[in-house]
Amino acid sequence: MEGWIALYIFMLAAFTGIEVIRRVPAILHTPLMSGSNFIHGIVVVGGMVVLGMADTTAEIVVGFIAVFLGAGNAVGGYVVTERMLEMFKSSGTKPEKKD
Amino acid sequence: MMPALDFLVPAVYFAAAVMFIYGLKGMSSPVTARSGMIWAGVAMLLAVLVTFFHPKVEGNYLLMIIALVSASAVAWWWARIVAMTDMPQMIALYNGMGGGSAAAIAAVELLKLHSGQVQMVPTTLLVACFGAIIGSIAFSGSMVAYAKLQGWMRKSWRFPGQQAFNLLVFAATIGLGVWIFIDGPTPTLLLLFFMASLLAGILLTVPIGGADMPVVISLYNALTGLAVGFKGYVLEIPALMIAGIVVGAAGTVLTQLMAKAMNRSLTNVLFAGFGKADEDAAAGAASGEMRAIDATDAAIQMAYAEKVIIVPGYGLAVAQAQHKIWELTELLTSRGVKVTFAIHPVAGRMPGHMNVLLAEAGVPYDLIYDLEDINAQFPTTDVALVIGANDVVNPAARKDSSSPIFGMPILDVDRSRNCIVVKRGKGTGFSGIENLLFFEDNTRMLYGDAQKVAQALIAGIKSLG
Repeated sequence: MEGWIALYIFMLAAFTGIEVIRRVPAILHTPLMSGSNFIHGIVVVGGMVVLGMADTTAEIVVGFIAVFLGAGNAVGGYVVTERMLEMFKSSGTKPEKKD
Repeated sequence: MMPALDFLVPAVYFAAAVMFIYGLKGMSSPVTARSGMIWAGVAMLLAVLVTFFHPKVEGNYLLMIIALVSASAVAWWWARIVAMTDMPQMIALYNGMGGGSAAAIAAVELLKLHSGQVQMVPTTLLVACFGAIIGSIAFSGSMVAYAKLQGWMRKSWRFPGQQAFNLLVFAATIGLGVWIFIDGPTPTLLLLFFMASLLAGILLTVPIGGADMPVVISLYNALTGLAVGFKGYVLEIPALMIAGIVVGAAGTVLTQLMAKAMNRSLTNVLFAGFGKADEDAAAGAASGEMRAIDATDAAIQMAYAEKVIIVPGYGLAVAQAQHKIWELTELLTSRGVKVTFAIHPVAGRMPGHMNVLLAEAGVPYDLIYDLEDINAQFPTTDVALVIGANDVVNPAARKDSSSPIFGMPILDVDRSRNCIVVKRGKGTGFSGIENLLFFEDNTRMLYGDAQKVAQALIAGIKSLG
């Protein structure tokens, strides 16, 4: 990939990341950590690509590990986040906090 | 490959990147958080499905499906059964898996480069090496964090010259990376490189105390994001770059926010070491004795108080006592006692955890105060009821400059007229630091499980009529 374009993508994504969480209230910090943990679970896609390319035994074993770990990250991260946000539902019906 | 798929695969990746950002954005309010996450989940599922048709994928489909299904089943089941109080270590575990995955991707790519099946321009190789180091550190570091939070590794392990040794390992890791960059990877070199990276992650995490773990986990979360972003560049999948870097940036900000709530800088958390003063604190501080009180007497004290502040901590979460505590609060309020709640920014093991639990029990937001808002009120408070909180009310943070938590903002419960501490046993808290509060003249210890104690207090107050 063209290096400069990649650099632009990195830069814009970094600012997006900072802006997106800037307004998150402290009470949602833990779910946010967990949610972002789930989102980098997209690494599983990369794992699938390298496993799909793998030929030698070593490559296949390591590629398998990559998919396994990535899938664990994505699914586990999702379930943990979901369970945490479930608790917020009951407080969501309460009157909204100040600000 | 069909032309339609040529379009479909990148299109789904693009949509996934949009949904991920939307999902994180939803986190700014409890109302939208859930739907945002569900959309992100759907996007993830679709992205995984279309990857079977990715142009680079040529085989090993069965293995892919086995890995996906087995990992998903285990992760799903484990994440379901684990108790809410254990969530921080689960985040650490799953985060570590992501880091490990990124490192494994780098390993395959570098092996391919060695066998000549893949060409890399120098920039790509550099990014691949960086991603490998960061992913490995996030992996092994998170696993240590998991072990620590799970209670498998309570001691902070330290030895003389540790900093220098860590620096050496880290320098070796970088050195090996540079070697790979210049000479190209060989299997032996790669093995050494990954071993050194993994070791660096372990060494970095081992000396850090349990109380600092949420900050560390948040940091590793950001690192994994960064590693994933780098892998996206190497594999030329922009969705990975965007998702990874967004998480990396957001995680970095979050890490700083959390460190700030503990009045520490990130460098301080990582290198000063909570554990360092363990021995000194344990030896020096424990003067005087703890005085116990029974629930009946405590109930009388509170029933005839004018003002009561309840300070909940991790113990409340463990005992699931929030509903009983709210019942107690309502009972006291009906007797004309003014009851409020004080929540420390890092109460419990996850920031915001206490707010969630109290909200769940029906405690209105306007009774809950932050540290800055309530500290001035303790001197005019008759009873401060500390339930399962420990380090966040330890006056050593103000008084004892040798204490590892010295300088951390605390709730000044020791300044209230009477302080009742509900605690399961006599041991030190999670961080292993002796709590000076327990030995104060105005402190009484009320031993027992938070829920049972709350029940006893309610009974005691009711019996007063």
